[in-house]
Amino acid sequence: MNPDHTAQTTAVGEVAAAVRFVDVSKSFGRATRRNRVLQSATFSVPAGKTTVIAGGSGQGKSVTLKLILGLLKPDSGQILVFGHDIARLGFKALRELRMQFGVLFQGGALFDSLSVFENIALPLRERTELSEEEIRHKVESTLEQLGLAGHEDKFPAQLSGGMKKRVGLARALQLEPKLLLFDEPTTGLDPVMTQEIYELFSSTQKRLGYTAMIVSHDVPQIFKLADQIILLNKGELDTFTDAAQIVHSSKEPIREFARTVMGPGFTG
Amino acid sequence: MDSIQEFSPQPSRLSKGLGTLGYLTLDTLADLGRMGLFLFFALIGLFKLPFRFGEVLKQLRFIGAGSIAVIVFTSLSTGMVLGLQGYNALNRFGADGMLGTIVALSLIMELGPTLTAIMVAGRAGSAMCAELGIMRISEQIDALDCMAIDPFRYLISPKFLAMVISVPLLTAVFDVVGIFGGYLVGVEMMGANSGAFMAGMAHNVTNADIRMGLIKSLFFGLLVAWICTGRGFFVHVNRGMGFGAESVSRATTQAVVFSSISVLISDYFLTSVLL
Repeated sequence: MNPDHTAQTTAVGEVAAAVRFVDVSKSFGRATRRNRVLQSATFSVPAGKTTVIAGGSGQGKSVTLKLILGLLKPDSGQILVFGHDIARLGFKALRELRMQFGVLFQGGALFDSLSVFENIALPLRERTELSEEEIRHKVESTLEQLGLAGHEDKFPAQLSGGMKKRVGLARALQLEPKLLLFDEPTTGLDPVMTQEIYELFSSTQKRLGYTAMIVSHDVPQIFKLADQIILLNKGELDTFTDAAQIVHSSKEPIREFARTVMGPGFTG
Repeated sequence: MDSIQEFSPQPSRLSKGLGTLGYLTLDTLADLGRMGLFLFFALIGLFKLPFRFGEVLKQLRFIGAGSIAVIVFTSLSTGMVLGLQGYNALNRFGADGMLGTIVALSLIMELGPTLTAIMVAGRAGSAMCAELGIMRISEQIDALDCMAIDPFRYLISPKFLAMVISVPLLTAVFDVVGIFGGYLVGVEMMGANSGAFMAGMAHNVTNADIRMGLIKSLFFGLLVAWICTGRGFFVHVNRGMGFGAESVSRATTQAVVFSSISVLISDYFLTSVLL
């Protein structure tokens, strides 16, 4: 097993997929009170592109990310990440595959007891053979790029929401991931900070060429970043290339979503 | 219509009750399985590289050095009560020369290991459980997993090692201070013979007694570390624990209660095996 692939070619002529869901179902709770989150979900995430997952609260957006990360296992179906069925990988293979992931968690998931510098340096110290000098250089240059210079000795509790997200992004980028997953990257941020995060995201993706999956409530603004949009609604899943396709969907629940979330005048 | 209603597939109260019982049984078995695997991975994590020497030292300072004051106060008062009660009881039979033996053996074989483990569970175990619980609900443990960093080697194993080193050392402190407390009250206050106290202790306390105390304290250290870190680590999957801050507070209470009870119950079985 060698998980060192950047993407999987699905068929001749098709775009290579970094992630593929094949007939995936996931539910929670007891047998008598089952809450179905995903029902026979099938979709592909094209490599090197940005896929946005949108939908109302509790529709399974974060669950989808956790399934890709291998933090949850599907009830049925296959989740192929760079060609590997993540639910059936052993501990070692899963860890090797995760080396290619970068994750920006909803709350940042920064380590409270570590300073900003130590948080960003952690994956380098733990997962690479770099010397302390090289780590310092790399972290300082990332801090500079993300506008965090001068904050390296602060602790997460001393940072604003936007700064926490930037530190989380800096940490996620350290191992130059091939797949970056963002869970609500702009929740709780003001419009200026939101725009700043989007610009950071675009510039880092241009530089590193990673595949991105963004789970977000920030509709329709987030659609500007998307090469593909996945809408989740009551366990069902629909794929679109842009916001205009959503507005003109043949399905009434999708059009209803567009009217409610994007406003009646939105045309894409 | 009546007969149709009679045989309708609506679950009866009995089948609902049996269903809940089955669910609880499966849930408990799953919890035991999780905790068993947790212990296995935590012990394996001790041998994985790179070894987190700095973190072990930090935990030793927190669990060991940080608990000395609590242990000294507890052991001093326990030893003083033992001295007082022991002298009163033995004096009735004119056997107050045995006071040193009684105080020392009670402390070394039973009270030292058990009370130290319970005090450490209350002071350091609860803190470890709360810390891991908060790390779990704020996705910090998931973040470690996603960075391909083994959370057992990184977080759990250093706590295990520090606990297994600290508890026997704290038990030794407990024993010495407790014996001093017993001497203070029995000899200095109540008037028992100092020479008899010391000679009785030196003559009757054997290496086997001290070994029993050491084995117990090592086992209790492992038990407290296992239960306290495990409850915190699995705060998100344990049934009926609530969510968020509530789940952490409940898990912390559960960790202290479970470890204290486990220490007391396993003490009986260990004693019966080791005697």
